[in-house]
Amino acid sequence: MTNGYVNRDRRWHPAALTPDYKTSVARGPRQAPLSFPTTLVEETGPVFGHEMLGRHDNDLIVNFATGDGMAIGPRIIVHGQLRDEFGRGVPNTLIEVWQANAGGRYRHKKESYLAPLDPNFGGCGRCMTDAQGFYEFRTIMPGPYPWPNTMNDWRPAHIHFSIFGQAFAQRLITQMYFEGDPLIWRCPIVDTIPTREGIESLVAPLDMARTVPMDARAYKFDITLRGRRQTLFENRMEGL
Amino acid sequence: MVQPLDHLKESPSQTAGPYVHIGCTPNFSGITGVYPQDLGHEMITGEVSGTPIRITGRVLDGTGTPLRDAMIEIWQPDAAGLFNSPAETRGRADPNFTSWGRAASDMVTGEFAFDTVKPGAVPYVDGRLQAPHVTLWIVARGINLGLHTRMYFPDEDAANAADPILTRIEHQNRVRTLIAETPGKGHYHFDIHLQGPTETVFFDI
Ligand SMILES: [Fe+2]
Repeated sequence: MTNGYVNRDRRWHPAALTPDYKTSVARGPRQAPLSFPTTLVEETGPVFGHEMLGRHDNDLIVNFATGDGMAIGPRIIVHGQLRDEFGRGVPNTLIEVWQANAGGRYRHKKESYLAPLDPNFGGCGRCMTDAQGFYEFRTIMPGPYPWPNTMNDWRPAHIHFSIFGQAFAQRLITQMYFEGDPLIWRCPIVDTIPTREGIESLVAPLDMARTVPMDARAYKFDITLRGRRQTLFENRMEGL
Repeated sequence: MVQPLDHLKESPSQTAGPYVHIGCTPNFSGITGVYPQDLGHEMITGEVSGTPIRITGRVLDGTGTPLRDAMIEIWQPDAAGLFNSPAETRGRADPNFTSWGRAASDMVTGEFAFDTVKPGAVPYVDGRLQAPHVTLWIVARGINLGLHTRMYFPDEDAANAADPILTRIEHQNRVRTLIAETPGKGHYHFDIHLQGPTETVFFDI
């Protein structure tokens, strides 16, 4: 029996209006959102098959490269477990990632940073969690980059993550940061997260145990999605 | 002392940023050759039952400017009210309908579009039927946590008037922010206002 998904803790997530991140001022909704229990609409969601993945989808070092080319930059493996708030692994779920190249440049029409493009780096990848919720992909360490906010704001090195889960209620986009990056504590976007504990939950530690010797370092990034309540006793109030 | 609760906290959201297209719609953003096509590009994959419809719309900021860098996903049942999802336990959805679509807003006009079918009705938690609707999820630069909302249909007055969610909205003059316009037969247009007197009702679900 399911009893819906645990409510999102909106004091744990960034608020809609965070003036130090200027773009949120005109784009963050001002009215209070309408709360109601998850229904079938939110408790279902798209699920994709492993067969959808191409051979190099999970390898950003080669998935855009031509011939024997490889992307330039420090080689890393990013791995971790996708689980829910009750610690249960979330299996067979699509994770999409995107990032800047080693110089901090995105391959995008609207990107104007003077750092050069890497002809062998596209910047997108995807993978699926296994039966226990574990995932892994290979890439290069993205560079930090300046962005227009105040005159001198820099994003810490980061990888963007889009995660589906098993229900539309679990849909989440977030960013992974790297242990030891001093820019984390200077970034207005990171700072939209209200607590230090919340920020630290997005910082991946260096994981020497999963390093491939003489090849690639590893970073471990566990991700938590909303939990689905389970109880033998379902008691929903009439009209709620 | 008590036993500690060992529940985990959800990973905090971070904005999708200006380059969400690189990861989610790479072909649209000009990164070709990595994925054969962008995910969610097609919702109808074959002969499908129900009424084909086209949904267009824009996402507008507090100054009335359309966002040109947003990504919109929709989630809806098929014409019979069934979702194409392993979590759907009431029956099997139309195999040629994905229930899920994804579109980037146009980089010049800000308009997004979905070709889909008119959804059937789905029950609420107490068994009452919800009016036919499409769930939308909006992410973009400047949006810190993905926004959930719903588009209802202007030709479903009776169902809308009885809908358990629409009737729950305190300011009933805001219900109209959730109802699409219909500029032509089979075409529904839905503008999403992030702020202002016509701010769309967003959902905490
Ligand atoms: Fe970024």
